Amino acid sequence: MNAVSVNGQNAAAPLIRMRGVTKIYGQGIAAFQALRGVDVDIEAGSFVAIMGPSGSGKSTMMNILGCMDTPTSGDYLFLGTHVERLTRDQRARLRRRYFGFVFQGFNLLARTSAQENVELPLLYRGEGTAARRAAAREALASVGLAGWEHHSPAELSGGQQQRVAIARAIVTHPRVLLADEPTGNLDTRRSYEIMELMRALNAERGITVLMVTHEQDMAAYAGRVVHFLDGRIDGDGAPQPPARAETV
Amino acid sequence: MWWNALLLALREIRRNLLRSFLTILGIVIGVSAVITMVTLGRGATQAVTDQISSLGSNLLMVRPGQRLGPGGGGFGAPQFKVADAEAIASQIGGVRAVAPQVNSTVTVVYGAHNWSTSATGSSADYFTISNWKIASGRIFDAAEERAGSAVCVIGATVRRELFGGTDPLGQGIRVKQFSCTVIGLLAAKGQGSMGNDQDDIVVLPLNTVQRRVTGNINVRTLLVSMNDDVDSTQVQAAITRLLRERRKLSAADDDNFNVLDTRQIAETMSGTTRVMTTLLGAVAAVSLLVGGIGIMNIMLVSVTERTREIGLRLAIGALEYEVLLQFLIEAVVLASLGGLIGVVLATAASFVLAQVMGIPYLFQPGITLLSFLFSAGIGVLFGYFPARRAARLDPIEALRHE
Repeated sequence: MNAVSVNGQNAAAPLIRMRGVTKIYGQGIAAFQALRGVDVDIEAGSFVAIMGPSGSGKSTMMNILGCMDTPTSGDYLFLGTHVERLTRDQRARLRRRYFGFVFQGFNLLARTSAQENVELPLLYRGEGTAARRAAAREALASVGLAGWEHHSPAELSGGQQQRVAIARAIVTHPRVLLADEPTGNLDTRRSYEIMELMRALNAERGITVLMVTHEQDMAAYAGRVVHFLDGRIDGDGAPQPPARAETV
Repeated sequence: MWWNALLLALREIRRNLLRSFLTILGIVIGVSAVITMVTLGRGATQAVTDQISSLGSNLLMVRPGQRLGPGGGGFGAPQFKVADAEAIASQIGGVRAVAPQVNSTVTVVYGAHNWSTSATGSSADYFTISNWKIASGRIFDAAEERAGSAVCVIGATVRRELFGGTDPLGQGIRVKQFSCTVIGLLAAKGQGSMGNDQDDIVVLPLNTVQRRVTGNINVRTLLVSMNDDVDSTQVQAAITRLLRERRKLSAADDDNFNVLDTRQIAETMSGTTRVMTTLLGAVAAVSLLVGGIGIMNIMLVSVTERTREIGLRLAIGALEYEVLLQFLIEAVVLASLGGLIGVVLATAASFVLAQVMGIPYLFQPGITLLSFLFSAGIGVLFGYFPARRAARLDPIEALRHE
């Protein structure tokens, strides 16, 4: 970790700071500008929803936020570190230490028990077998799946699979949970359960949650909604009250 | 990290048990073929060497006639006499003993049983020169030799055919026209190098056979045993010189006798089997290589199939070399597993086949270890390319892969 010197003590710097971030895919005439200069600060412990129509750049934003991709230009500081200057492996180390990922399609390993799926990130952190077992069991219990450790994804409902994925994301005690359309494959009831779980993680553990969604109801769980349009931030503020709440 | 990678690889193999098995089948067959071929080949070589050394070690066989083929054609050439044997024994250095020998096919009869066998007439030295052990009784003594007494020592086959389970010692058997007393029983030697039965033999004093069976004083073969420390080619040359002189051959004449070195025969024959072993082993090694290509093929399919999984691993923080190592170790573990199964199969197969073929089973630690390491090496060789491909995947692209 020496190569990635992260200055966590700098109280003035926010968890995440982006300045003039652009991202261009392809070259020449085929070039596509996904991000056209994004400036944003995200404080530790916040719950941010990223919204916007298809092609507005929110997925690109997520990839850069999650250190999976680097901006074409501009600065991305995570805990004071310039992510855009890191190598591929350095970014991988950053991800393994600070980030948890939740995907729309769950991305669990098939024919592998919930327990082993949750243990996976710990394997890459080189933890011992006993520590891994205990941490995975605890993570599964915290998402309400105690007793389901030995079920494979095929034996679990969609909601349960996403819970396993969340357990896998939080088993490393990350600072940031990145969720890319986490409720996209779930019915309404399961979606609310998942959102409740993420809100609890944010409130009780202080995990910063960054979530891409296009559902207003889900964004309502966030404390802040960043709206993207054509590669730029189009709106930034408190969520609109959910439509459901008005009718009640 | 290595341990974790091994763990991941084993989990992956367990997840796809049938496919893993089919993947390694090529390696299993390759390794077991190599080991079986080499083990059986070495066993066959050993069998040939054993059989030839059972003729006697450091042994020269001198026969009349030029060497025209197996056995030589001795019909036109003058036969030896006992005096030739005595001359060799007394005049040539490095010679331990010389046994003159005559052979004749005879029918032997005991009670209601009769059996056609080979009667060998020779001196008492014959038994030591030809590596015969006495199972019971004794060999004939000098007096019996001189007198041409009607005594004989019989081989295990003759004993079985004539006497069955009863004790042959002291019994009289009829050899051709005369009766002779069995004084000794030879220990069994088994099959000879040409597939002949070495135990199908009756040994009598030379004089006895000359007088009562062949009816002349010719000697068919001179068996010359040498001291261990002498150079057999020198002795061979000395014998050739001496015999040319005794047979009054001029410088222009070809030898009308030949001198065979059993060790040379042994070397020639085991050389042939060694070449065969190497060839068969090489063919089997090619199948091992084909097995390796099978592994590469499946690993490439596996990388494509597991693109999303690789993407996930990269996303949650797997380093490039960790993914590379995972796939590489998976390939090596698969290949080694194939090698291990191959070793077990080959050991069982060559043990059984050696019994069936009647050759000794000699465990070959060298080739076993070598094939096993080779299979692991094939895992590295053919696993590297797919593993590198997996490690270089872009996590974002990989996660989007359907």
